[in-house]
Amino acid sequence: MSRGGFPAAARAALGDTQMRRNVGAATRTIRAKRAGVVSELKDWEALRDAGAAIKARALATLPEQLERLEAAVSAAGGVVHWARDAAEANAIVAGVAHAHDFREAIKVKSLATDEIGLNAALAHAGVEAIETDLAELIVQLAGDRPSHILVPAIHRNREEIRALFARTIAAGEKLSSDPPALAEAARRHLRAKFLSVPMAISGANFGVAETGTICVVESEGNGRFCITVPEVLVTVMGIEKVLAQWRDLEVMLQLLPRSSTGERMNPYTSLWTGVRSGDGPKEFHLVLLDNGRTDVLADEIGRQALHCIRCSACLNACPVYSRTGGHAYESVYPGPIGAILTPQLRGLDDAPTLPWASSLCGACYEVCPVKIDIPSVLVHLRGRVVREETSRLDPEAVAMRTVGRIFASQTRYERAQRLARAGRGPLARLPVGPLRGWTAMRDLPEVPAQSFRDWWRTR
Amino acid sequence: MTDARAAVLGRIRAALGPAPAVPEIPREYRGPGMDDAGDLPDRFIARVSDYRATVQESVAAALAARGFARIACAPGLDLDLPGVELVRDDPPLSADALLALDGIVTGCAVAVAETGTLVLDASPPCGRRALTLIPDYHLCVVRADQIVAGVPDAIASLDAAARAGRPITMISGPSATSDIELERVEGVHGPRTLDVVVVA
Repeated sequence: MSRGGFPAAARAALGDTQMRRNVGAATRTIRAKRAGVVSELKDWEALRDAGAAIKARALATLPEQLERLEAAVSAAGGVVHWARDAAEANAIVAGVAHAHDFREAIKVKSLATDEIGLNAALAHAGVEAIETDLAELIVQLAGDRPSHILVPAIHRNREEIRALFARTIAAGEKLSSDPPALAEAARRHLRAKFLSVPMAISGANFGVAETGTICVVESEGNGRFCITVPEVLVTVMGIEKVLAQWRDLEVMLQLLPRSSTGERMNPYTSLWTGVRSGDGPKEFHLVLLDNGRTDVLADEIGRQALHCIRCSACLNACPVYSRTGGHAYESVYPGPIGAILTPQLRGLDDAPTLPWASSLCGACYEVCPVKIDIPSVLVHLRGRVVREETSRLDPEAVAMRTVGRIFASQTRYERAQRLARAGRGPLARLPVGPLRGWTAMRDLPEVPAQSFRDWWRTR
Repeated sequence: MTDARAAVLGRIRAALGPAPAVPEIPREYRGPGMDDAGDLPDRFIARVSDYRATVQESVAAALAARGFARIACAPGLDLDLPGVELVRDDPPLSADALLALDGIVTGCAVAVAETGTLVLDASPPCGRRALTLIPDYHLCVVRADQIVAGVPDAIASLDAAARAGRPITMISGPSATSDIELERVEGVHGPRTLDVVVVA
């Protein structure tokens, strides 16, 4: 992260009135839509319980599930690759393009490929990645960064988008700022790409170990084009996206659309297994990506962040996100889920301020479809940040460590109390030296002549 | 990349420890067959209309209303339409051929009342996936006995198709985007018009 971390980035974001207005209006709208469709299902809480357990169980048996998925995809004619980190994953995707001498690839919106910086890596390898999701296209054309998991261009309004299209894909055309007219311009621009570019890259919402089925959930149909029309398809899937059973989809496909876009069901859900003769790509590659996920898994409390199905309900519910927008989090995973996922994926020393990017109000936990207890993980990570900053020599850290040691042992505590009564020792000495400021506005409690423990012994 | 495979699996095992707790999955929600949704076709029609698909009386009436006379058709769909040129996708039609026609008529594998969803499973009445993607108009014929109450019923009925590796597409209304100021726009890349006919 940048030097000032979240506080500095948030301060900058809050100064952008236009962005704040866009994000505020958008999050308000989705919150209301979500609440409406969630209240329609009387078994919502039971679905959340099942969703949480499905993910926890799949993670607890992850080696077995990934091996089953690999076997099922391979049996259906797909090729499965494993990538320890971003560089390996990017090299695999570039390698597929190079093997066919492809210079272009169309892309379905995918957070995993944003996370690994795939577009830049492909550009470096001489392959142009073309985003086909409308919002991702807007972000790509503007040379911008996504600011929301679900609607990455949420920080742009229609007039900004019209101006952008008029400069780029619709140059020389008369274009209004009506959303249907802007969508039409994108349709015309991308149609030609869909029918001619020979390679596509997608992420995955779910991968079913039992059947080898990969699932992509979307709205526009750009995902269906990418998955169906090109000759070669490469899917980059985080290892935590695996589900054990086909049946698990009966829960996930209810939880995800209602939490995400606030619809009973999203317009298009594609499910495919390996390659199918006469229907879809002739070659299918699945890249199973670690890139820090196993580090998250190693933390027994923090690992629930891997349950996330990327619905973005927590972003929309969050009083912090709905004011700062996504850029302040300086990660492809913004909002409350980003505040617990980013520091764990990248390492706490890279994003030490993110666990504090929250008021711990709990709204994120309430709306999470797979019941990730984000506030508890935030508190846990705050503790880890403090503990792992052992080299800190500032007076507060030293004092807290000393006091911590004193309170940890009865002998040390009683000895310190006696020293305090004598006017010496660390418990009595707080208001001197660099900590003098502590008592500028407060009085230290007077040290009584006898402690309760001493009185009790002599009773 | 066998090294990466061993390394990732090794890291996962190390992260989980020797005996990770494996929780049971509580399935207290409404599962397959547990939903008493009343009249399924009525509910389906209401919900599919909610997502701005148009429910038509019959295939002939739908095509007449749209003014369409040349239409592609999934290979296994049984249709008799006087006055309409049906072009069967057998042998497969090129993208250009599909675009030159007025649209596509298919059946479905199952339809979900609660969500207004059509599910296609690449069986002969549904056809391959490109058929319902490239044309700008899709007319889907749903038999009343194909309508199930909820998502769990649909997933259960698709079990065999999934195991057979058939591609499955779930469609809920015409393609849409809300990417610009969250204002819903129908018709981005898929068919911009979706008609549905429910038959006995």
